Amino acid sequence: MLDLSLLPDGGVGWLDASGDHSDIVISTRVRLARNLEGYAFAGRARDGERLRVLAQVRQAMGEIRQLRQGVLLRVDELRHDDRLLLHERHLVSRELAGLDPQRPVRSGAAVYLTRGTSVMVNEEDHLRLQAIHSGLHIADAFASIEALDTEMGERVPYAFHREFGFLTACPTNVGTGLRASVLIHLPGLVLTKEIAKVLAGLQQVGLTYRGLYGEGSEVVGNFFQISNQTTLGRSEGELLDYLTRVVTHVIEREEESRRVLLRDAGYIIEDKLWRAYGTLRYARSLSFDEVMSYLSSVRLAVGLKLITDLSVYTLNKLLIFSQSAHLAHAEGRELTASEADLARARYVRGILASDTGSTR
Amino acid sequence: MVCDVCKDGDAVVQLTEIEGTGVRLLHLCERCAAERGVETAAASPKPQIADFLQSVHQQMQATHGDAARCAFCSSTFRDFRSTGRLGCAHCYDAFEKSMRDLLRRVHGNARHIGRGYEAPATNALPDGGTANELRDRLRRAIDAEQFELAADIRDRLQGLG
Repeated sequence: MLDLSLLPDGGVGWLDASGDHSDIVISTRVRLARNLEGYAFAGRARDGERLRVLAQVRQAMGEIRQLRQGVLLRVDELRHDDRLLLHERHLVSRELAGLDPQRPVRSGAAVYLTRGTSVMVNEEDHLRLQAIHSGLHIADAFASIEALDTEMGERVPYAFHREFGFLTACPTNVGTGLRASVLIHLPGLVLTKEIAKVLAGLQQVGLTYRGLYGEGSEVVGNFFQISNQTTLGRSEGELLDYLTRVVTHVIEREEESRRVLLRDAGYIIEDKLWRAYGTLRYARSLSFDEVMSYLSSVRLAVGLKLITDLSVYTLNKLLIFSQSAHLAHAEGRELTASEADLARARYVRGILASDTGSTR
Repeated sequence: MVCDVCKDGDAVVQLTEIEGTGVRLLHLCERCAAERGVETAAASPKPQIADFLQSVHQQMQATHGDAARCAFCSSTFRDFRSTGRLGCAHCYDAFEKSMRDLLRRVHGNARHIGRGYEAPATNALPDGGTANELRDRLRRAIDAEQFELAADIRDRLQGLG
């Protein structure tokens, strides 16, 4: 079984709620898609090509100071439950983990993990360089990944086109190869039914939104990932500034709707949020979707200062560690769905009790 | 088209044999193909062959743009249209005009104005990378039944020899 304690900060330093607006913004992620010249893209490449890509990238990584403290995991050599664990922890994409039966894990699939930075190798593109920061820190996240990109690009030849920029397997990433996304919690806008307008507005201004796990994932627990949709025809700086401005505006709208909720429906909202907290504190069986929904309410209650003895960090931890593969990992065995629901409720009760210094 | 061997059955399989420096393309019926150890789509539905037959059928009506093929990875523009993914960096040149139109539609612009890039000197390729690269291209060309291209790549490989 994979020993996640070997990873720098367990790969989840971004959960520590230290960043700006961390009660509303969980994390900021910036990634650059890059491909190596001389090989077919990973989806088209033969096994030998992908393995040579990995060998070439590993050699370059050994020379890069920023990557000295990290760990390289051969995803293609891990068992299914360990790959799922990495995916639940947001360290690898669903595609790299090979979680879809129709698209099994590729030979040469690997991820390099160091504090706040990761490099996926042989995902859809040969390289996905990624930085994750706690809270809203778009410029800082980009700065750390830009430095790594420069170092890497000096050691391996990137596929670059005079007109189209950095070339990628999917044309939606071509040009800068840059995708910046902000994981944001918007229960106020959902409860006041303002969310549809906000989301439609995002799409009109060249941004898009997804669920908790990125592309193709559903929105659960009122968590949205807002990101740039276009990658070509604007500079990296323009794309990032624009996203920062729009997300800042969305945060203001969320804060405003929270004020409206408290003013116009104070006791109804308060009752709803406390009931959610009560369920998490005392329920004996919880599905993941239930946990997400109640966590959303409790997170709102903490943001509104109705609940004061819980930290945002604890809520962030619950978001990740109450998922099925994490529970199975903690129990040291496979769990059926009903066993997982029992284990989840037990885990949530335990964390909330120890965080608030009360009994279960 | 009738079978090249028995001159009787309908040809359903194209078999390519590379002998010495020559490439021979045989059109075979199901039975003659089976005798040569080739499974047909009818006997055992192999997606690769089914896809190929379908693509041949569609190519007959396809536009010039759809049939365009990348000489590096042997992907066609049709492959791209069905998967949404390009095969390699050279596809952008192979399908340049279509890509430019597409990028303009997707991004509202087809010109990169972000960071520039200069690749490091050529010694960044791993040892033997060129021969390996050609071998991969050869296998892909054969998989894609691009036999003229395959013969050309094989000659280049022998030249490296």
